[in-house]
Amino acid sequence: MLKKLAASVLLGSLVSAPAVAADKEPIRIGTFVSATGPASFLGDPQAKTLQLFIEQINQKGGVLGRPLQLIHYDDQGQAEQARTLARRLIAQDKADVLIAGSTTGAIMAAVPLIERTEIPLITMAGAVVVVEPVKKWVFKTPETDRMAAEKIFADMKRRGISKIGLISGTGGFGASGRKESLAVVGNYGIEVVADETYAPSDTDMSAQLTRIRNTPGVQAILNFDFGQAPAIVTRNYASLGIKQPLYQSHGVASNAFLELAGSAAEGVRLPVSPILVAKLLPENDRQKGPAMAYGEAYEKRFGEWPSAFGAYAYDALMLMTDAIERAGSLDRVKIRDAIEATKNFHGATGNFNMSPEDHMGLSLESSFRMVEVRNGTWKLLED
Amino acid sequence: MFAEFLQYLVTGVTIGAIYALVALGFSIIFNASHVINFAQGEFVMLGGMSAVFLLASGIPLPAAVLLAVLCGAVLGIALYKLGIAPARHSDPIPLIIITIGAGLALRGIAQIVWGKGFHSLPAFSGNEPIGLLGAVIMPQSLWVVGTTCVVVALLAYFFNRTRLGKAILATSYNRDAAQLMGINTDMIMIVSFALAGLLGAVAGAVVAPITFTYYEIGVMLGLKGFVAAVLGGLGSFPGAVAGGLVLGVTEAMMAGYISSHYKDAVAFVLILLILFFMPTGMFGKQSAERV
Amino acid sequence: MSDGNDSLGAPAALTGTSARLAESSSLLARLLSARQGGFALLLATVLLAPLFMDGLYHYDLAVLIGINAIIVIGLNLLVGYAGQISLGHAGFFGLGAYTSAILTARYDWPGLLALAASAAFVGLVAFIVAKPILRLRGYYLAMATLGLGMIIYLVLTSESWLTGGPDGMDVPPLVVFGRPVMGEQTWYWIVAMILLLTYWLALNLIDSPVGRALRAVHGSEIAAATAGVDATGYKVLIFVVSSALAAAMGGLYAFYSGFITPSSAGFLHSIHFVVMVVFGGMASIVGSLVGAIVLTLLPQMLTVFADYDALVYGLILMLVMIFMPKGLVPTLASWLRRSR
Repeated sequence: MLKKLAASVLLGSLVSAPAVAADKEPIRIGTFVSATGPASFLGDPQAKTLQLFIEQINQKGGVLGRPLQLIHYDDQGQAEQARTLARRLIAQDKADVLIAGSTTGAIMAAVPLIERTEIPLITMAGAVVVVEPVKKWVFKTPETDRMAAEKIFADMKRRGISKIGLISGTGGFGASGRKESLAVVGNYGIEVVADETYAPSDTDMSAQLTRIRNTPGVQAILNFDFGQAPAIVTRNYASLGIKQPLYQSHGVASNAFLELAGSAAEGVRLPVSPILVAKLLPENDRQKGPAMAYGEAYEKRFGEWPSAFGAYAYDALMLMTDAIERAGSLDRVKIRDAIEATKNFHGATGNFNMSPEDHMGLSLESSFRMVEVRNGTWKLLED
Repeated sequence: MFAEFLQYLVTGVTIGAIYALVALGFSIIFNASHVINFAQGEFVMLGGMSAVFLLASGIPLPAAVLLAVLCGAVLGIALYKLGIAPARHSDPIPLIIITIGAGLALRGIAQIVWGKGFHSLPAFSGNEPIGLLGAVIMPQSLWVVGTTCVVVALLAYFFNRTRLGKAILATSYNRDAAQLMGINTDMIMIVSFALAGLLGAVAGAVVAPITFTYYEIGVMLGLKGFVAAVLGGLGSFPGAVAGGLVLGVTEAMMAGYISSHYKDAVAFVLILLILFFMPTGMFGKQSAERV
Repeated sequence: MSDGNDSLGAPAALTGTSARLAESSSLLARLLSARQGGFALLLATVLLAPLFMDGLYHYDLAVLIGINAIIVIGLNLLVGYAGQISLGHAGFFGLGAYTSAILTARYDWPGLLALAASAAFVGLVAFIVAKPILRLRGYYLAMATLGLGMIIYLVLTSESWLTGGPDGMDVPPLVVFGRPVMGEQTWYWIVAMILLLTYWLALNLIDSPVGRALRAVHGSEIAAATAGVDATGYKVLIFVVSSALAAAMGGLYAFYSGFITPSSAGFLHSIHFVVMVVFGGMASIVGSLVGAIVLTLLPQMLTVFADYDALVYGLILMLVMIFMPKGLVPTLASWLRRSR
């Protein structure tokens, strides 16, 4: 019985050898994401995305003729854990490059180490502080929260809104979003007249919403947060019967939000990454191709359309492999330079144009699409 | 003005009722075994999550909720049999670590079986908000408060009027004397843990339509429930209910009138203040120490 | 229960027949005693461990283990010997870490001065809250310490103008005599020295009048008071000492890691420390070492289980506490004693 088991395991491992010659030294891609913990919303699809597409790349022959090897860990949403895992990937697992970090807190903890070690990193963390000030070895794929705020304020301005109430979560994403919103809101002629917060684990935000509603002059409400709390805010907003329009951030750009918020989400506007509305995009949209390719492959394997968070990992992987091909070797300096030289790269979340001053590379136009929830699904708003 | 106050009150009483249910679970187990069950929050999680998945597999909502509550009771018994009974002769602190480990294990199982996403349970009787004197009440809030009242009334009847209930109370006052009177303390423990599991699951199922549920929801709820139990005096049932309500309402008032930033701090500042003036909680038993 | 010598299993008193027997037995006793034999063993381990380390990742783990061990020894004095419960110890750790970080990053204080100031500041905070908190007993005390820890955590998370908020803040490296202290290996030796020092001091404390007073207080506060022991005074003393120690280690950790987040002061972190104390053995300094080693390494080793790691970790905690409720070291020591 045991012998049979051993034999089948052996046969199985031989059969599943990649198309590329197995004696070639693999390219080691190190990653840690928040697959569990408060940010598992982000990290779980990212882990799945990396695994799926590294498999696909290997089946097509790998990069530079060599297979990719993924070494992955779970930082559980804890920053200290992230730093130890980065150290482990670099020193122990001998990673060549890193694609890591679902949350800003986690990746910022590892950044000093990454800069000291001089290893290229593309991260999926969202806040502006990751690339501002620019760090030589750190690049990121997601749009910044500041860009999301700007997209929202531009839409508000078009609707003639000049006074808003802001309600945000006190977690990292919400706090950073609030800070960036307050920093740029004046540029659009809008004033924040009410500023409320709640804890991420809170279960009822009626109190805060009531205070916003009672502030005179409020014309719209902006909720900046991710996870389940914005769904609760949306539900409370609907049950309180608040008439002013509600805007959400890109933190809820996923179908899960529609499920949780239900009919309360009707009429809510938010900026979303192209991947979410890929099927609705016009054919000449530059993101349509990559977004559809990613979405369909992910849906086929995992049974559901991916969220933007998974797409960040997809773009990170594609950018990294593209840079390695252009660098032509595994020399870390060459790879880093190649990433920085990326021009007009059509990703699933936007077009990337990196430079020494800009390690994110996305523009406002290409990275977000404004949508409104109608009849329980996304409707693209024309620009 | 009054409408605002009423709105905060509604919010506070709703969440306070949940804290009360969790606190009752803590007190029941504490009375039976002098153990703080750090897995109490996971009973709440289990109640909500299993209701969601039973519903998704085709069972109608009322039956799903009932089954979920029963699962909670079963889980409570399992925790006792597998975790507490084998270590029954230990000091309280190792037992607490066992419950911490059990909580972790339960979260681990939940995340594997049910995934890490958030799930919603439909409201029991619809989503039409009810207006009352300018404030807005969700029907589910009424379910929460109503269920808590019914549960508390049933418990009061159970502990004061039935033999088994009185036996449990007797064991909590003086275990040795109770044993001498022929009370089977093992049975007492089983019933107590089953009750605590049941209470947790009820709380989880009835609040899931409002707060959504996911594998980690038990952590903060368990902690706040523990605070509520200590606030009211650990081991006191009226204290647990009072503690839960006081905590819920104070939090809501704090968030409404002062600052939502430090809302979570309310629980902990409150506990420090109360303990400073009343070292055994609001209704806690003054214990005499034998020297 | 703590026995007088905290030995690794040697008999406390001997009634030997021949002088030679007594002499060699006392040598054996000294070798097996935690104070001398244990210290020698620890010294040897610290000196030889680098030979077995393969890369900076192992040094990183060793530094983390060392820092945890020092904190846990301090906590054990409070929990195991003085019999007080603290579910908020990480609050002191985090407060110390942030004080050091803020003083050096925002106000340009020299590193060592900032470190000393954080230990002093946190010690002061501990002193102020000690008197009212330590009046409480049992679970009420646990709740009060938990509340204190949570309040510290919430302040650190909310006052982002000072602390950088929930996403944490950068910490500049420690600069001593103009040279930055960097690198896992350098820190390894620093932490090792502090660990040896703490170990030695803790054991001396236990065998001193202060230690005996603490144990008397643990046994029965009222009885101790009638014997003339200033129970409150000693409780406050050990509370302040263990808090200041945790704060100092928090500061060192901040300098080592270069980045800190409020979760370092959080409830889960406090629970980790308590679990290390209980797991290794309450009232056993050696147990604190073992608890720190095992429970720092365990999450790293469990990564191989991927999604199952939380489940396995929880099960391990449960099983060890069921079968070894006194903790690893006292249980193993009593097995050794029985098998002799």
